[in-house]
Amino acid sequence: MIPAAFEYVRADSVDAALSALTEYGDEAKLLAGGHSLLPLMKLRLAAPSVLVDVGRLDDLRYINDAGDYIAIGALTRHRDLETSSLLASAAPLLAHAAGHVGDPQVRHRGTIGGSLAHADPASDLPAVALAMGATIVATGPNGTREIAASEFYTGFLESALAPDELLTEIRIPKLDTQGWSFQKFNRRAQDWAIVGVATVRANGSTGVGLVNMGSTPLLASAVMNAVKSGANAADAAALANEGTEAQSDINASSEYREHLARVLVRRSLEESGLS
Amino acid sequence: MKITVTVNGVERSGDVEPRTLLVHFLRDELDLTGTNIGCDTSSCGACTIHVEGQSAKSCTMLAAQADGLELTTIEGLANGDILHPMQRCFQENHGLQCGYCTPGMVMAAISLLDENPNPSETDVRIGLEGNLCRCTGYHNIVKSVLACAAESNGASR
Repeated sequence: MIPAAFEYVRADSVDAALSALTEYGDEAKLLAGGHSLLPLMKLRLAAPSVLVDVGRLDDLRYINDAGDYIAIGALTRHRDLETSSLLASAAPLLAHAAGHVGDPQVRHRGTIGGSLAHADPASDLPAVALAMGATIVATGPNGTREIAASEFYTGFLESALAPDELLTEIRIPKLDTQGWSFQKFNRRAQDWAIVGVATVRANGSTGVGLVNMGSTPLLASAVMNAVKSGANAADAAALANEGTEAQSDINASSEYREHLARVLVRRSLEESGLS
Repeated sequence: MKITVTVNGVERSGDVEPRTLLVHFLRDELDLTGTNIGCDTSSCGACTIHVEGQSAKSCTMLAAQADGLELTTIEGLANGDILHPMQRCFQENHGLQCGYCTPGMVMAAISLLDENPNPSETDVRIGLEGNLCRCTGYHNIVKSVLACAAESNGASR
């Protein structure tokens, strides 16, 4: 399978990438590791006329302690996240979940920025970003702006990024983590989750992100509120489907996904230390 | 567009369309047909090569993305008639049946041992999750990788 023809522009700086986006507008798509976009292009489900390759922007490949938060450059690869000692101590949920994205080959090439910006509800890291209350930094022609992960996902494969903006950094708040859990249910190890759940309990509150339970990555708000009001894991998990719109596909009916969400949320809460 | 890559230690150039996939460039332009195309959907791992020393699926990269980078394919492993230890371990442990997945398996296995020189059987099975063998010959593939790990650990002691 071969993608439809396109023009290829390699950006050697953030400014060059932004100029290309300004020049080509809606016609352009950003290419980072390419492990979400290229498969879609090969299936001709995406056919951008210009690809702006930001994959060489090594300036955006870092994991730094920035005081109140961990700053992660958009071009940081899943393998970097998986093996980061800083993340292992400061954001173990993210490091662990990154180690379950795709397979080793995918993790060597795929990036956190690409994964978050692609906005696939079936991807693992968006749910983690939601659960952890991450902030996404977008850089555009007029400078940078911060977007809360909870406001980032606007529709299927759609985000709050403007066509002329580049996701440049992800900020993970430094949490005093009491417990965390990542549950991924799939049929083959390398597959996308049929349903996944990311949970972190820290600083007196509980964040729960859902994978593949609607057209966007979702926060399990009803579960989070119930835990906040003192519900136990079983009672809170019973609310896992509130606000979700699980789809039926070859892997699972929507009813089965709802069942999985309740089971996996309960496991996830219990593994995070909630009784 | 013109690209130049270093493949198996040799600089090679070519004129490609932006949409040319790396695996097609390797096979069709550079005649390196040891890298197989299996599923063509980044699932099966038959097309696994090393990009800058790490395993990657060459069906899910543009040739343009590899411009200027260092690549290793299955053809770059043996030194003349002397097989790479991983290739020899596959041979000695019957780690292949039809052989179609083998180049990708060997490349993925070398990358796996680079990252984890002393894996458990479970580590090997999980580490090869990106490679499918439709003969289902996993038992001896895992055995081959463990043999290679044991051999190199023995040598380094």
